[in-house]
Amino acid sequence: MSDQSVLYDVPGPRAVRRHRIGTVVALLFIAGLVAIAIQRLASRGQFDSELWAPWVNPSDDSFSQVWELVGRGILNTILAAAMAILLSLVVGVVLGVARMMSGRLGKIPVVGFIELFRGLPVVITIVFVWRAMAELDVPVDVLPGEPALWYLVIGLTLYNSVIVAEILRAGVASLPRGQGEAGRAIGMTEGQVMRSILLPQAFRTMLPALISQLVVILKDTSLAAVIGLGYFELLRRGNQISQVLDNPIQSLFIVGTIFVVINYGLSRLAVYVERRLSTSSYSDPSPEVAEVTLDSESRNGGIRG
Amino acid sequence: MSPVIDNLDLYWSGFLTSLEFIVYSLIGSMILGTVIAAFRVSPIAALRSFGSGYVTVVRNCPLTIVLFFMAFGLPELGINRSYFFFGIAGLVIYTSAFVCEALRSGINSVSAGQAEAARAIGLTFTQTMTQVVLPQAFRSAIPPLGSVQIAMFKNSAVAGAFGIGGDLYSVGKTLTSARGFEYIPVLTGVAIGYLIITLSAGLALGLLERKVAIAR
Repeated sequence: MSDQSVLYDVPGPRAVRRHRIGTVVALLFIAGLVAIAIQRLASRGQFDSELWAPWVNPSDDSFSQVWELVGRGILNTILAAAMAILLSLVVGVVLGVARMMSGRLGKIPVVGFIELFRGLPVVITIVFVWRAMAELDVPVDVLPGEPALWYLVIGLTLYNSVIVAEILRAGVASLPRGQGEAGRAIGMTEGQVMRSILLPQAFRTMLPALISQLVVILKDTSLAAVIGLGYFELLRRGNQISQVLDNPIQSLFIVGTIFVVINYGLSRLAVYVERRLSTSSYSDPSPEVAEVTLDSESRNGGIRG
Repeated sequence: MSPVIDNLDLYWSGFLTSLEFIVYSLIGSMILGTVIAAFRVSPIAALRSFGSGYVTVVRNCPLTIVLFFMAFGLPELGINRSYFFFGIAGLVIYTSAFVCEALRSGINSVSAGQAEAARAIGLTFTQTMTQVVLPQAFRSAIPPLGSVQIAMFKNSAVAGAFGIGGDLYSVGKTLTSARGFEYIPVLTGVAIGYLIITLSAGLALGLLERKVAIAR
């Protein structure tokens, strides 16, 4: 109840009684919702074993095939997400540093790039990359892996590198001014200050935000299934399976659960890392500022997908 | 750019449809998000768990799966509506989890001393809420709430990719696949349409933030 204190006083006997009544009502309400859902699912035969068996019954004919396809889908999703986050990190750091270090005029193209790709829906960016590169005959096939993977990864990178650049900027801005001033005072160049003082510290505070961004990227890989890009990631595999087995609810349930489990694990990891970093002896005098900035940044990015 | 210039009327109607879709989703997600946020901060543990369960599941699930479930799952249950409706419903369910978190962060930013002071001078619970806590909470919730809603404007393109029909995304689809125009100019037009929406919303949010900002 610790985070409740601003809203409610410590309950007295009458409030406790009220809360107990409220709990009963709330439980009835939730139970009612669940009952309606179950009744609806049951009346439409959605619990029939033939719909679930390929997913849950190892002795079913399709079981091994279904899970093999899904396993490959998971690997493809992770592959695309890993490539996208690594590329975004590289491009994003370059963008962020360029933005922070260039003069008033030099900043204009960088800020323009950042605002452009931050304002575009990522699904539009991916479609654009895919169609434009195909139309211009960009030789994607010289790269290892299938072209569809690269269209997806490049599209995701354009969007997420911009976010990484902003996370980096927030990380640097959260450092005490004295850090950069001290560096300059001992005669370091701007480049040296950035490289050996500001960036290393900013990276540390960035880590949780980057992990949260990975959740966003993982979710966004599934956009490939919506735009009809022929990349067989997890959702695309799930849809393919559900078309053959004619069980969309069950297949989407399983695929959705896989996504939720992976992403929930990553979010917990982000929280854990954030806590570790903010309690470490290393942390600078203003860890709270850093946390607030990064948290709001990751929230901005967090919804995407 | 001629495919865009020649079809400006089509783009315009797509733009309006996208806006209409966004306005419905905005209203819906604010209402549902507020309800879930009320659950999450309620004194009743059962409602709190329901709220946090909802947020955890929805936030970690891709919007695409929510939309697929709407479009292909619900008809299996005998619920048949237009894709426009399903699109709004899916986007509302998805966005409301983020709205809830933005509101909750606003409430958490109000220091407990504010409510204690209000109670100390004898304000009732309702007065404490409506005159002390919520006005402050709402102000600090505006920046995250704004980013959440701008992200929702962008996510409307995902629903568009599903085929809610007649929106900016489907204008792009019609012009390229049905009428055979080249992708680059057509999609540039679509992108400009979305940029008009998101960039102007970003500007408006910036102005609003400056207006309601509180020095703490």
